[in-house]
Amino acid sequence: MGPLVPDIISNELNFVVAIFIGIAFGYILEQAGFSTSKKLVGLFYGYDFTVLRVFFTAGITAMIGVIAFAHFGILDISLIYINPTFLYSALVGGLIMGLGFVIGGFCPGTSVCAAAIGKIDAIIFVAGSFIGVWLFAEAYPVFEGLYLAENWGNITMFEVLGTSQALFAFLLTVMAVGAFIAVRFVEAKVTGKPNEDVPVKKYFYAFVSIMFLFGLTAFMLPVKKEVVLSKVEDEKFLNSVEIKRITSDELAFRLMDKDVRINILDFRTPEQFNRTKLPQSFNMTIDELFTKDGGKMLDVRNNINVFIAENELDAMKAAVIATELGHSNIRVLEGGMNKFYTEIINPSLPLTTSTRQEESNVRFKKKASIVIPELIEKNKNIVVVKKESKRVIGGC
Amino acid sequence: MEQTKYMNPYIAGVLLGLLLLVTIFITGRGLGASGAVKSSVVAAVTTIAPSHGESSKFYSDYMREHENNPLKNWLVFEVIGVIIGAFISGLVSNRLNFTLERKEGVTSKTRIITALLGGALFGLGAQLGRGCTSGSALSGMAVLSFGGIITMLAIFGGAYAFAYFFRKLWI
Repeated sequence: MGPLVPDIISNELNFVVAIFIGIAFGYILEQAGFSTSKKLVGLFYGYDFTVLRVFFTAGITAMIGVIAFAHFGILDISLIYINPTFLYSALVGGLIMGLGFVIGGFCPGTSVCAAAIGKIDAIIFVAGSFIGVWLFAEAYPVFEGLYLAENWGNITMFEVLGTSQALFAFLLTVMAVGAFIAVRFVEAKVTGKPNEDVPVKKYFYAFVSIMFLFGLTAFMLPVKKEVVLSKVEDEKFLNSVEIKRITSDELAFRLMDKDVRINILDFRTPEQFNRTKLPQSFNMTIDELFTKDGGKMLDVRNNINVFIAENELDAMKAAVIATELGHSNIRVLEGGMNKFYTEIINPSLPLTTSTRQEESNVRFKKKASIVIPELIEKNKNIVVVKKESKRVIGGC
Repeated sequence: MEQTKYMNPYIAGVLLGLLLLVTIFITGRGLGASGAVKSSVVAAVTTIAPSHGESSKFYSDYMREHENNPLKNWLVFEVIGVIIGAFISGLVSNRLNFTLERKEGVTSKTRIITALLGGALFGLGAQLGRGCTSGSALSGMAVLSFGGIITMLAIFGGAYAFAYFFRKLWI
């Protein structure tokens, strides 16, 4: 599950990746014609809408990709960088950048591209941007109030509007397509002739139909998480998945034996968990199973993941979800914690035993009913900190 | 040799979008540009005037976030790549040459001053906007960040609003 940094690609290797991504970025920007200020400002005077076409197409392609990746559980959206919203700072900063755009004819990324192919005006623009950042840094105390005002956090557009993500993405796509059609007319009117650099027919219709299909699938295909969650509510399905059980006796034995492979995932409420916290156990929720961090807890080599809950059914549901998500080495505690209490913690033992096996069984239970509560007691004050990945820090 | 034509903007857009998607998938963050300028400014100031760098909140915060090595920033490496990539593109399309591009009738002096001023405004604005057209507007749009989209609207809205006053520079 993405993002691949820092688990699959280390933070150090990420810098090498950055260079290659940058090369592709620079190459595409230059090929698109972003290395000349005349083409860039054409957007604001109506004679060349290349910027709008490239920018909107790129934004929408990436947006739909991100939604699709999250939709099918390939990317953990809670870990990726969502530009934070500081309302006033964003508005004022944007307006200043807009002013800089029409005066200077570039933006930082395009100026670097243009400078790389020898545009002297772009080299000067880059120098200017250094001065601008330096001025901000020196005058930071003046700007600080504005810079930090109205912090709305990592909020998304559809959260603010209260619509669904798919609906907003679809509307944005429709808006972009509308803009693509409109700018063709504007361009033709301003320049007096249709823009022949954009052979619109083939690409345009292909693009529109692909986007339309994407938009449609976003409506039609349910989110993977919802599919899995509704599946486990079906008892027939639940019973059709083969998941091994572990008895109370075996679990108790392994805990007393300090078997390090045992990794208990406790799906009870935090209150219940804290009251009788088994050693080697973590409190977990169903939702956490779908996150990258949750997945990582289940994927330790050679570990036996024991799913426990108050009753067997709840643990079974969690276990089936985990299996559906591709995890293995899962055991479900037979009879749930309810049975574990009556069999191990407070066993009702027969006073007389007739066979030798029964006798050893009683002996084991007697021992367990002393040792396990001791282990729970010892474990009470140990606070297990779950490893939690932080959101990636990005931005400029 | 004549320079080759520019790429179809829709194809360039799809390629750029896919690149951004791959970037988010691998690194969890988007593309950017102005952040590299910020890193360089912090590196320059803290090298030239270390005591000033320590006393100023802006620099010292940045240094702490970057373990005292401001250039060890993802965007610095990315922008090095941008320079290489754009140069290769210019090379294959015969667009490499030193020119001061300006509209006929606009003096070199005017173009130099406006480029410098525009750059300074953009650099300053990008700090308030927490990113520029790439880092805030484009990458923000990809993840549907409210702040990113607001910044994008403000950049383009502002540019349209001010465009009339600077039309003599361009048309």
